[in-house]
Amino acid sequence: MLIQEQSRPGRRAVAQAPLYSAEVSDIPAGARRLVPLVLPEVSELQAVRHYTRLSQKNFSIDTHFYPLGSCTMKYNPRACNTLAMLPGLLARHPAAPDSHGQGLLACLFELQEMLKEVTGMHAVSLAPSAGAQGEFAGVAMIRAYHRARNDSARTEILVPDAAHGTNPASAVMCGFVAREIPTGPNGDVDIAALREAVGPQTAGIMLTNPSTVGVFDRSIQEIAGIVHAAGGLLYYDGANLNAILGKVRPGDMGFDVIHMNLHKTFSTPHGGGGPGAGPVGVSKRLEPFLPVPLVVQSGDDYRWVSERERPQSIGRLTAFGGNMGILLRAYVYARMLGREGMKRVSEFSTLNANYLMTRLKAAGFDAAYPQRRASHEFIITMKREARDLGVNAMDFAKRLLDYGFHAPTTYFPLLVPECLLIEPTETETKEELDDFVAALVAIREEARTNPDLVKGAPHTMPVRRLDDVRAARQLDLAWRPSANCT
Amino acid sequence: MPFVPHTDEDVAAMLGAIGVATIDDLFDEIPRELRIGELAAIPAGMAEMDITRLMQARARADGQPLCFIGAGAYDHHIPAAVWQIASRGEFYSAYTPYQAEASQGTLQLLYEFQSMMTALTALDVSNASLYDGASALAEAVLMAVRANRKTKSNRVLVPRALHPAYRRVLRGIVESQGIEVIEAPFDRQGGQTPAAALDALVGDGGFAAIVINQPNFFGIIEEVDVLTDWAHAQGALAIAVVNPIAMALLKAPGEWGAVGPERGADIACGEAQPLGMPLSSGGPYAGFLCCKKDLVRQMPGRIVGRTLDLEGKPGFTLTLQAREQHIRRGKATSNICTNQGLLVTAATIHLALLGTAGLERVAAACHANTRRLAALLCEIPGVEPRFDRPMFHEQVLRLPAPTADLLRALAAHGVLGGFDLGPDYPDLDPALLVCATELRTEEEMQRYVTTLARVIAARTQAKCPVEPKI
Repeated sequence: MLIQEQSRPGRRAVAQAPLYSAEVSDIPAGARRLVPLVLPEVSELQAVRHYTRLSQKNFSIDTHFYPLGSCTMKYNPRACNTLAMLPGLLARHPAAPDSHGQGLLACLFELQEMLKEVTGMHAVSLAPSAGAQGEFAGVAMIRAYHRARNDSARTEILVPDAAHGTNPASAVMCGFVAREIPTGPNGDVDIAALREAVGPQTAGIMLTNPSTVGVFDRSIQEIAGIVHAAGGLLYYDGANLNAILGKVRPGDMGFDVIHMNLHKTFSTPHGGGGPGAGPVGVSKRLEPFLPVPLVVQSGDDYRWVSERERPQSIGRLTAFGGNMGILLRAYVYARMLGREGMKRVSEFSTLNANYLMTRLKAAGFDAAYPQRRASHEFIITMKREARDLGVNAMDFAKRLLDYGFHAPTTYFPLLVPECLLIEPTETETKEELDDFVAALVAIREEARTNPDLVKGAPHTMPVRRLDDVRAARQLDLAWRPSANCT
Repeated sequence: MPFVPHTDEDVAAMLGAIGVATIDDLFDEIPRELRIGELAAIPAGMAEMDITRLMQARARADGQPLCFIGAGAYDHHIPAAVWQIASRGEFYSAYTPYQAEASQGTLQLLYEFQSMMTALTALDVSNASLYDGASALAEAVLMAVRANRKTKSNRVLVPRALHPAYRRVLRGIVESQGIEVIEAPFDRQGGQTPAAALDALVGDGGFAAIVINQPNFFGIIEEVDVLTDWAHAQGALAIAVVNPIAMALLKAPGEWGAVGPERGADIACGEAQPLGMPLSSGGPYAGFLCCKKDLVRQMPGRIVGRTLDLEGKPGFTLTLQAREQHIRRGKATSNICTNQGLLVTAATIHLALLGTAGLERVAAACHANTRRLAALLCEIPGVEPRFDRPMFHEQVLRLPAPTADLLRALAAHGVLGGFDLGPDYPDLDPALLVCATELRTEEEMQRYVTTLARVIAARTQAKCPVEPKI
């Protein structure tokens, strides 16, 4: 039942509002609200019980193994949340003076410095609110760079076909044309096609390495050479930074601009879809274009730098300059890990992925790139199961829910048919991975003996499989009060 | 090893299964010359008790001054239950509800949020949130330009009395797509955006959309009916930027303008921070975006719909995904992938706890407190209201000395006196935007007034801008 449907006129959580109604008669009648405002009228206990119960209908990292490929669903340490919500940090107004923000600014400055070191970039801005906004900022800087050199012919951004959908969408949002580059049979970018595609119209290329097919592109230096020789810049999509943290740095691979997903690699919460944080790092030639605000150190003090001091900046991405509370969580996480802990992130996420891939291959499942080493994630294709048993990747995914596992990413990347993109992360135990293998084996057995059981899954969730077509055709996007409720 | 559970035995067994000798061998496809050694500039790891000590010291250093700043982010009471529930692991550590059956909690909550936002704005549909108010406005403008087939214009009209940071964000995001942002002046006397001044700006191209801010950045209540009708008469869409708390008292965007088939703003957006989100130096907050139903397919961001499962039982799922980047790639309505899920969780619980009457009381208290504060401050010689029209919960004051100097002196005494309008509006300088939410007590307001009076008096006596001893 919706909270709105539990509402009864006159029932209120009285303690939550000011004790008295203040006088507002000086607001002109013509400006006042006419339609009655209908919000839930429930007791405090009703609200608490309702949302506690709703939470229990979710899978989450805290309750379930969540091997969602490309999303890095690792444990979110509780200390990060507690310390980012300390009163002095939590209650600070965005327009409070720097003198009343030295604690915050010290954390953010040190985070900028650590991110520079771990990515090998020259400078970092923490401003973007999420990965996609980081991409927008990165591509906008590429645009600003070419414009500053009066090179207006560069209208295309190259994007591999395996890339996240945000890559071409961000390029288009910045006014570019997105041109696709195919992936070769071994999972690396098709170099011949890339050579063919570059030219004086190339503004840059957006790459994820390791890529979304779960392998490290071995020809990265060659790719960098080809794109740079054509006058384009290299953009690094940091979605898979977890796989190489402390091992290889995008700056050393030749990338000019990168974004990082702190909600992935630096373990800030995914929160049911956000907030994220998508800082950008740049090489020296792109530094003047970084989005504001930036934190600088002057003497013993720290201060914000805004548009006025950075005339070439691509500007501001949100009104107040970023998801500070998320950046603080990432800072706490980075300090707890330290330099050794960061290396272990990539080492153990890669160990877990390769172990899981090995076990699944041994159990008779098909890896999409069986000859390749897995990065921190890998793809299993259910093409054979779909053909022989009539049970597809989505059926496996839904049945996994009944076994108490969140499903891997399904049907992405689009170039591998019937795929499951599996990312176990470094925080899972060997036992959890073994249980996951056992579940997939058991489901395959069910698919042989009782396929309808799998095709009708899930059976134990709060709802059975939902009618998405109906959802899109008979739009029901908001509850409306019926006549007797108003 | 923080957060890595592997025992030595686990590692040996796993490497054995893979058939390699060391973990390092798993990185053998990476060209050797790219591999790095130690991350020298990163400090060694810290135990939880040590980082706790450090963070507590830093939080203490930032203090907890008395806040009279609004300017787009507001210090409201947040019920204890809001973040206790929002911080539950099942909300905190879940992701985008791609697997609907295992995410009914988040999905139903988002549907309830959408329902609350459509109630507040009196529009048909809402999405599941965007990054913040300013980026939501940029998305609203992109949406309006795509949707407006009448004028085929790429120009949008934005009041100068709109938040300066919103105008900057808007330009930064939309100008790369060839959209031109024109600014409309405000009335020097009243602080509102006069419709009469807009005709001169129409030119040949017309406008795809007109942004109407309620209340505006100066706290002034705009004549939204006139502005909405003016927009529609031009064939432009009306985009409302509203404070959600104000919607408890002021006309909702859906009821702006003359009664008729075109009635209402076409799109409404704004900052949801006042609904249960801590100030947190500017984020994370959440932007909201609502619209009339015929525009829904132009909407960016996640949208949740109610549907049926295969047994006919109601359930919730992400819908209209064909608008989004993971399906449409370069042809999507936006590149946005996240919504501000956790903040929306807080906002939904917050609104459920306040209800209609609670939200009305909060809005009224903010209005009354700001009126009281302004009256008290204006008893100080040289301090006077800058505009003469009604406000919601912020007020612009003219000051007898440079704003920045006074604010610095106030801050030294633990009072954040307001937002200095000078840098963004040199024509109003010296001017201060003040706000007193429902949290500010009579005693706190008196403290502000006394402190400011002494600061001004000390300046007058010393005739120099040194900070006075009080």
